[in-house]
Amino acid sequence: MDKVIIAENLSLAYSNDETIINKANFSIDSGSFVFITGASGSGKSTLLKSLYGALKPIEGSLVVGGVELRGVSSSKLNFLRKHLGIVFQDYKLVKEWTIEKNIMLPLIINGYEKTVTQNQVDSLLKHVKLRHQAGKYPLELSGGEQQRVAMARALAHNPILILADEPTGNLDDYSSQLIWNLLEGANEQLKTTIIVVTHHIPETMKVDYKHYHIEFGDIREVI
Amino acid sequence: MKSFKNHLSLVIALLSILFSLQVFTIVERAIDAYKENLAKNYALVVVAQKRVDVDKLLEKSELIASINEISPDSIITKLNSGISKQNIALLKVTLPKFYKVKLKRYPSPNELEKLTKLLLRSQSIEKVEAFSKTHDTTYKLLLLFKTVISVFAFTVIIVTILLIFKELRIWQFKHNERMSIMGLFGAPVWLRSAVLFRLAIVDAVIASILSFVIFSYLSSLSWIEEQFSNIGISIVLFDKIYDFLIMLGVSIVVSMLLATFIVLGHKEEV
Ligand SMILES: Nc1ncnc2c1ncn2[C@@H]1O[C@H](COP(=O)(O)OP(=O)(O)OP(=O)(O)O)[C@@H](O)[C@H]1O
Ligand SMILES: [Mg+2]
Repeated sequence: MDKVIIAENLSLAYSNDETIINKANFSIDSGSFVFITGASGSGKSTLLKSLYGALKPIEGSLVVGGVELRGVSSSKLNFLRKHLGIVFQDYKLVKEWTIEKNIMLPLIINGYEKTVTQNQVDSLLKHVKLRHQAGKYPLELSGGEQQRVAMARALAHNPILILADEPTGNLDDYSSQLIWNLLEGANEQLKTTIIVVTHHIPETMKVDYKHYHIEFGDIREVI
Repeated sequence: MKSFKNHLSLVIALLSILFSLQVFTIVERAIDAYKENLAKNYALVVVAQKRVDVDKLLEKSELIASINEISPDSIITKLNSGISKQNIALLKVTLPKFYKVKLKRYPSPNELEKLTKLLLRSQSIEKVEAFSKTHDTTYKLLLLFKTVISVFAFTVIIVTILLIFKELRIWQFKHNERMSIMGLFGAPVWLRSAVLFRLAIVDAVIASILSFVIFSYLSSLSWIEEQFSNIGISIVLFDKIYDFLIMLGVSIVVSMLLATFIVLGHKEEV
């Protein structure tokens, strides 16, 4: 099976005196659904940052979508990021844009046609139950609504890999289920690889999934 | 409302730069016009023993517009009482020649001194009256006026630029966030900065159009025209094509520079 992520001896750190991830080895199959758990501060968000190239490995090698991220050029990184869908823990919505425009962002960057873009955004807004809020600005929405906007944005351009950092952290059971359904749908129908950081793996999962746990700087599969 | 506020700070800053520039231009024009006026009414008087070769003198200095002999008739008429016609003819020959030297522009004291020396070098010329005392005062007054206005305009521009730099940090922060987010989704640098440059150009155009309206209105006021005609000059306060293009150019350059600063200062956050 194709590997979408291969990490060998991967070490991550923000400064010299503290390594967050220490010589980790793991690989993730293309088309799989992966949960990552771990205590607060264990390095889950840090790992995701390295996967989208915002934090460069200090040691080892990290290949995502065939691109070696250690010493990657900015044009190569842009190329990779165009095919990623990221849900950030702090959402990272553009405050001065309407939520509609926010969801459009990856479609614009990927050069989608106007009508395709509009249709896609309309359908996503419907899926995350925010159709009536399309013209509002992020700060006019509740935390959970913003989180759903972030999810819609991550799905917009049918990415090959979705990285979601606690995408249901602020949601009630009903909205959480909405998100899980969307992610499972993308995984099943589009064969999108999904990596989700979460504290609770939902009990309702229909698709097969893998579970990795981060502890003491190591990433290990839980079987 | 939100986007209006986004534009306001840069537009106001640009407006005040354009305003000081145009005020400076107007003063420059007024002084030039006033100098021209002064030059028209100003002349040196040259006293010569013999008739001088006017063409030769004209060649010597570019500053000289014309040299005309002052007819001695009026002086002679005053002396006329009881002098015979023959004596008058004799007097006419022996009397020194007077010339009125008109200049092309109003000279600086320095130029005037040089010209006086130049004229005196000519053999036949005995005396040059430049009325330098009155000339000096007027000239210095003009210079003072110009300096005061320049300092004023310069101060406004400096203060504005300082204000812009303070604002710049806020803009930098604001645009940094959007540019980082766009970067995280793989937008190349030109796309990340496109919004910024568009904003900069739009603001520059808005500021230029606003100052176009303001100065068109000001130059249509008869009150202002009167002020200038009171001192005997009439100038173009605002050239709707030339001045507008200058304004547009200046504001686009300034705002593009600012946008470039922001793009260069952009850092991706971890
Ligand atoms: N930008 C940063 N600069 C320096 N240190 C950081 C930075 N971000 C995170 N850290 C540190 O790295 C460690 C791991 O942080 P990380 O955000 O990856 O935790 P996490 O597992 O996502 O936790 P949580 O479940 O609370 O989101 C923490 O000790 C944190 O203090
Ligand atoms: Mg985290």
